[in-house]
Amino acid sequence: MSKVIEGLRYSESHEWVKVDGEFAFIGVSDFAQAEMGDITYVDVPSVDDEFAKGEEFGALESVKASSDLYMPVGGVVVEVNDAVVDAPELVNQDAYENWLIKIQMSDPAEAEGLMDAAAYNEFTAK
Amino acid sequence: MDIQLTCLHEEHIALGAKMSPFAGFDMPIQYSGITEEHLAVREKVGMFDVSHMGEVFITGPDAEKYVNHIFTNNVIGMVPGKILYGMMCYPDGGVVDDLLVYKYADKFLLVINAANIDKDHQWMLDNKDGFDVNIDNQSASWGQIALQGPLAADFIKHIGLSDADLQSSLDLGFYEFCDFGDYIVSRTGYTGEDGFEIYTTPEKTVALWRSFLSAGVAPCGLGCRDTLRFEAGLPLYGDELSAEISPVMAGLSMFCKLDKEEFIGKDALAVQKANGTAKKLVGIEIHDRAIPRAGYAVELEDGTEVGTVTTGYHSISLDKSICFALVNSEHSKLGTALSIRIRKKVFPGEVVKKRFYQTNYKK
Repeated sequence: MSKVIEGLRYSESHEWVKVDGEFAFIGVSDFAQAEMGDITYVDVPSVDDEFAKGEEFGALESVKASSDLYMPVGGVVVEVNDAVVDAPELVNQDAYENWLIKIQMSDPAEAEGLMDAAAYNEFTAK
Repeated sequence: MDIQLTCLHEEHIALGAKMSPFAGFDMPIQYSGITEEHLAVREKVGMFDVSHMGEVFITGPDAEKYVNHIFTNNVIGMVPGKILYGMMCYPDGGVVDDLLVYKYADKFLLVINAANIDKDHQWMLDNKDGFDVNIDNQSASWGQIALQGPLAADFIKHIGLSDADLQSSLDLGFYEFCDFGDYIVSRTGYTGEDGFEIYTTPEKTVALWRSFLSAGVAPCGLGCRDTLRFEAGLPLYGDELSAEISPVMAGLSMFCKLDKEEFIGKDALAVQKANGTAKKLVGIEIHDRAIPRAGYAVELEDGTEVGTVTTGYHSISLDKSICFALVNSEHSKLGTALSIRIRKKVFPGEVVKKRFYQTNYKK
């Protein structure tokens, strides 16, 4: 059974959001990393890139497959986690510790519409 | 068509393999993980269920003449116990399938790709006019395990052969085989490492899988079978060879004996060889960790599209992002600067040799 963290918000495309005031950290869920297997490449945008909710902002690649990343909430990229870019396997080791990007949200209310831990748990159990 | 199961299907489920349909069969893609399985084969020993592969026996007075008619390589004068790789081609030089031909004293065994069994069998039947041969498709009656890796020879004893037969197996050179009745053991594989492929009944295949497993052989899925064969520069039918991609385009002319009296596709392949082809298969290395995947565009520095990736990975053994790509022949020379478009970005690279990994076959 994959790990789900209380206090985070989750999208149906398996990204998580950790809200921090007007900012948010975005990563992928433990379920997503387990489905992908060994992650070998992280394709993330640059600082100052702007995306709407639902827009594709990058991709994770395992040996066998590429999996696109979608913005769970809209905003402007303010920081990229270079540690994960340099060592993509960190996402396999701890998908919640190792966020991908930090954004300034355009509309913090968007996060409210995402699943909470209980709902996401149920969603992945289907 | 209903999905087919190999004789080892229950073993894969019991091992918790990630299963996926491949060539009409429900096959294991990975057990512990592609990287770990890949490295097991490169460094120690791993085994693959390849029971989905097809086995067709050709017998009869004209067997040799017939096989030589449908096969691009030359089987005339082959010594029994030897194996040849080659293709069956259409008259226009496109590929029906790539295959191994096992030479017996009085017959031939043709080992063909699972996805192509019905098509190949029909092709063989359609081209037997005038030849006194019997074409016996035994694909459903055989299981097959590929035991691959530098330590493979140490594990052949687990088949349970007599001492004499075990010795014969160990003495096999690359592309040689022995038929012991219950088992056919050949020194072949699809990984770039030393190894064996063992053909036997479905029941004995299950027993053999279990004894290899308890001896410590790593079960390996189709995921790493693809990364291994790719690094070794070996083509996969459907990706690097097809009805549209001839052996000449794929750089496999050495397996097409154009000095043979005749074979299906010879004239077209001879023209391709003499005049060149519009497209050629090349290796490309890009200078980034991004992964060039099948279908991605190959471009010149000015953005002109000149080809398409057929297979690509971030190579596990070489730690490089490399691919096979079919490109316009004028851009196929070693060292040519070519870029790959990956999602929205363009990654520069260059044409390199297709055999990315130094193979370790038995001499």
